[in-house]
Amino acid sequence: MIEARELTKRYGDKTVVDGLSFTVKPGEVTGFLGPNGAGKSTTMRMVLGLDAPTAGSVTVNGRSYAGHGAPLHEIGALLEAKSVHPGRSAEAHLTALAQTHGIARGRVDEVIELAGLQSVAGKRVGAFSLGMGQRLGIAAALLGDPETVMLDEPVNGLDPEGVLWIRNLLAKLAAEGRAVLLSSHLMSETAQIADHLVIIGRGRLLADTTVEAFVRETGTGAVRVASDEAGRLRALLAGPDVTVSGSNDTELLVSGLGAREIGRVALEHGVPLHELTPLGASLEEAFMDLTTDELEYRSAPADGRSAR
Amino acid sequence: MSAMTIDRPAGGAAPARTAVKPVRFHRVLLSETTKFRTIRSTWICLTLGLVLLGLFGSIGAFTYDGGGAGVTDGPPGIAGRPLDAVSLALMGLSFASLVVGVFGVLSTAGEYSTGTIRSTLAAVPKRLPVLWAKAILAGGAVLVIAAAGAFTAFLIGTVGLDGEAIAVSLGDEGVLRSLLGAALYLALVAVFGVALGALLRSPAGGIAALVSILLILPGLAMLLPDSWYDTLNPYFPSNAGGAAYALTETADRLSPGEGIAVFAGWVALTLAAAAFRLKRTDV
Ligand SMILES: Nc1ncnc2c1ncn2[C@@H]1O[C@H](COP(=O)(O)OP(=O)(O)OP(=O)(O)O)[C@@H](O)[C@H]1O
Ligand SMILES: [Mg+2]
Repeated sequence: MIEARELTKRYGDKTVVDGLSFTVKPGEVTGFLGPNGAGKSTTMRMVLGLDAPTAGSVTVNGRSYAGHGAPLHEIGALLEAKSVHPGRSAEAHLTALAQTHGIARGRVDEVIELAGLQSVAGKRVGAFSLGMGQRLGIAAALLGDPETVMLDEPVNGLDPEGVLWIRNLLAKLAAEGRAVLLSSHLMSETAQIADHLVIIGRGRLLADTTVEAFVRETGTGAVRVASDEAGRLRALLAGPDVTVSGSNDTELLVSGLGAREIGRVALEHGVPLHELTPLGASLEEAFMDLTTDELEYRSAPADGRSAR
Repeated sequence: MSAMTIDRPAGGAAPARTAVKPVRFHRVLLSETTKFRTIRSTWICLTLGLVLLGLFGSIGAFTYDGGGAGVTDGPPGIAGRPLDAVSLALMGLSFASLVVGVFGVLSTAGEYSTGTIRSTLAAVPKRLPVLWAKAILAGGAVLVIAAAGAFTAFLIGTVGLDGEAIAVSLGDEGVLRSLLGAALYLALVAVFGVALGALLRSPAGGIAALVSILLILPGLAMLLPDSWYDTLNPYFPSNAGGAAYALTETADRLSPGEGIAVFAGWVALTLAAAAFRLKRTDV
C-alpha cells in the first residue's frame, strides 16, 4: 500500500509534483497515467526516498520507506532510469541486492527464472537488450517478495510476448493481494491491466477513479449499433448499468455492454443489425482531452487538434 | 480487468514465502564485497597497484649505481631528498597512489555514472552504511596489496643492493615503520578516493580532484609567500602522508605519527563531507 499526502516536489522554482494525494490499495493494479513530464517518475523516486519531497509525505505500508527494517520486502520497484552497473552480470547484481536483506541464494535463481533470464544471467548487463534490461529490473523488484510492487513504464522496450508476460504477472501479483502501481502514458494499454487509475498532469491530480468509472463517465467504450428495429433493440438492451442513446430511429449508442453481448441479444430476439462497432480508440481520446491542458511538452499543431 | 480481481485471498496480505532479514551493517558489507568482486576495474586497479609498487621498487634497487643521486620520482614534496633503500623500494608509490585513488573514486562515483546508486540506496535507504562499507573494503583491500607490494619490493631490492653502502635490513631502525607507513598511506588514499567519488558523484571529477590534491596542490603552494609556505607545506595531504613512509625524519617534515594523523584527518574531513551530501541530497 502506498499513500501519498499533499506530495510536492520543486526543482529550483519549477513545481514538478504539486500537492498530489492518492492511495495504491492492496489487491489492485493501479495505473499511474500522465503525459511526458507529468511527474510520474519523480513521484516514484519520492516513494523510495531517493528524492526528498519539498512538502507533504508519502508512506509505504504505513511508514516512510527508510523507516522499514527490510524495505525490499515492503516494496519492489522498477525505476525508469537504468540502475545496474553495465560491467556486472545480472546474477551478481541480484546477489548483491539479496545480500543486503539476507535473502537466500535460491531466491536469486527463482527471480532469474521468473523473468526468463536463465540463459543470460552470467552475461554483462551492458550487453543486454532493452527488453532484457527491463526483465532484470522486474526480477530485482520481485526479489524481496514485496507486498507492494511499483513499476515505471515496465512495458517500455518489451516485445508483444513480454507485454503479455507483464500483464499476466501483474494480474497474478494483484490476485495474491499485493498492491501494484504501474506507470504509463498509454491509456488504452493501461486500461487493459489496471483496476484503478490515478491520472496526473503537470504534477497535479486530474483523476483518481476506477477504470470502469472512467470508461463510463467519459462515455468511451461505447458501441454503435444500427438496426431497422432500433426501438425494439433499445428496450431489449435496457439494464441498470446500460445507457442507450440514439440520434435517430436506426442508430443507437450503447455503453455498459460489449459488442459481443449486444450481438447475442440481437440474435436471440431476431433483431437484424447492419452495424455493430465498438468505439475503442476513444479511450485514448478521453485521456488526451483530460490532459491536453496540462501538457508539459506540446507538439506543434499538425492536425489542428493540439492547437485547440 | 475484472477477471483478475475475483479470487483474491480475504486477508489481502501477500503470502510471505521468501525469508527476508532486516538490513544490518554486516549484510551491507557482504553486499558491497560482492559488488567489488564483480566488476573488472577492481581487479585491474588492485593488480596494477601491486605491480607498480613491486616492480618499480625492485627495478630501482637493481639499477642503483651508488652515485648518490636524489630521488626524482614522487610528489614534489618528496623528490630531492637523500636516497635510501626504503625510498628506492617505494619508487612506484606515487604511481600506485593514483591507481588506488582511482580505484576508490570509481567505487563510489561509478555508482552514480551507471545509475547503480538507485538500486543500492533502494536496498539500503539509511544510505550511510553503504559509504562506510565501501571505505572499509577499499581501504582494507589496498592495505593488503600495498603491504605486499612494498615488502616484496624491499626484499627483492635487498638482493640488488647487496654490498652497497645504503643497504639496510628489515630489522634496522625505521624500515618496518616506513614500509607499513607506505601501506597505510595508500590505504588512506583509497578511502580518500571513495570520499571524493561520493562527494563529486562523477568519475572524471573525482579523479581530477584526487590528482590535483595529491600531486598538483603541493607544487602550486610554492606560489605562496615563503613564510606561509614553510608553515603550511608539511600539512598538505600528500606531504603529511610522505612523512609517514620516509625512512629518516627531517626538520621540514612532520614526524611519521603526526604525518599519518594529519593525512587521516584530511581523509576523515572529506569522508564527512561525502556522508553529509549522501544523506542530505537527492540521487
Ligand atoms: N533532478 C531533476 N532536476 C530538475 N528537473 C527535474 C529533475 N527530475 C525531473 N525533472 C523535471 O520534472 C518534470 C517531471 O519529470 P518526470 O520524469 O517525473 O516525468 P514523467 O511523468 O515520469 O515523464 P515521462 O512520461 O516522460 O517519463 C520534467 O519536466 C523534468 O524535466
Ligand atoms: Mg517517467
